[in-house]
Amino acid sequence: MARITAGLATSHVPAIGMAIDLGKTQDAYWQPLFAGYEWTRSWADAAPPDVVILVYNDHASAFDLTMIPTFALGTAASFQPCDEGYGPRPVPVVQGHPELAAHLAQSLILDEFDLTLMNQLDVDHGLTVPLSLVYGQPEAWPTKVIPLAVNVVQYPPPTGNRCFNLGKAIRRAVASYPEDLSVQVWGTGGMSHQIQGARAGLINQEWDNRFLDAIVSDPAAVAAIPHIEYLREAGSEGVEMVMWLIMRGALSDDVEALHRFYHVPASNTAVGHLVLQPQP
Amino acid sequence: MVDNSELDDLPGTTVFTAERSRQGFPLNQMCMSLMAAANRERFHADERAYLDEWPMSQEQKQAVLDRDFQRMLDLGGNVYFLSKIFASDGLSYVQAVSTMTGMTVEEYQAMMLAGGRSPDGWRSKSERA
Repeated sequence: MARITAGLATSHVPAIGMAIDLGKTQDAYWQPLFAGYEWTRSWADAAPPDVVILVYNDHASAFDLTMIPTFALGTAASFQPCDEGYGPRPVPVVQGHPELAAHLAQSLILDEFDLTLMNQLDVDHGLTVPLSLVYGQPEAWPTKVIPLAVNVVQYPPPTGNRCFNLGKAIRRAVASYPEDLSVQVWGTGGMSHQIQGARAGLINQEWDNRFLDAIVSDPAAVAAIPHIEYLREAGSEGVEMVMWLIMRGALSDDVEALHRFYHVPASNTAVGHLVLQPQP
Repeated sequence: MVDNSELDDLPGTTVFTAERSRQGFPLNQMCMSLMAAANRERFHADERAYLDEWPMSQEQKQAVLDRDFQRMLDLGGNVYFLSKIFASDGLSYVQAVSTMTGMTVEEYQAMMLAGGRSPDGWRSKSERA
């Protein structure tokens, strides 16, 4: 049977991708950030999962405003890195897992989550920066990836509670897949930031750290946070943190935090990172 | 009737609602077109002519020509779409976003290095008043 072996959360700033692509990870500005991922790099290299279900948001790359799916699952065999206005990132093509994706689609939709299915999907920094942070610059990514795109661009995004429950449905779906697969769920984006308007640059370290505490120990309380509180306390783009709840819902009620990191700033944002292991 | 009073109470913040998405549709779709290198070249060769190919309002076109990102937000732009403009100009988020804050790029970068903008006084318009 397939099983969820770990959950991982990380921010996904485009400038982090550029720092990796341009070989600047040891520059004075970037070194403290990348140091926070060294533990994860060793852990990840030791045992890559068969599949990562990677929860992320598209930044006006695959989805324009002709249609805005709240949840979109990538069912294709592969996903191309897209050109966000400065050329595509020089990273490997992302290989999917169409069989597990089809199983997830069937299970989740019949479990009353109305997913949009994507047989073609180009992926932007929201998906590729987390892979680069964890796996560096390999010739090929060491794991297959099923993208799960969440609308957090056009208001309103799905509620935290909806995301938490979708995670629980993913846990059930993975457990019912007959092949013996190690699956991780990653929640990406987030921590406090605002990248527009006169309030741009908002960082709320106290709020972020309370969030990091609570998503480990009391995720149901985090799931109850209304959007307006994210917007007020963590900035207009801080609402991306609802995506971490999909990852958290996919794990067991009790988890062990294997690694935690928090850093300010990366470009305009706070960076948060967790590696969680489900407990039997 | 949609009640956006809570969203409108956030100081210095434009929440990208469905209404703004509709208003900004041609502007944001034009931004999407800049994901293709050939379109970026045509845009930079003659910005006015390129913008005239889109059913944008004159105000939206002028805001793009002026690189007035706050004005573009006011007219329905969304920063992830507008990023295609400043990325094609070779600018980073920090360089473009700082222009909306009344700070110089250097002042904004110094604020971020010092831990960013404190939420104190920025949670609501009433707190700010």
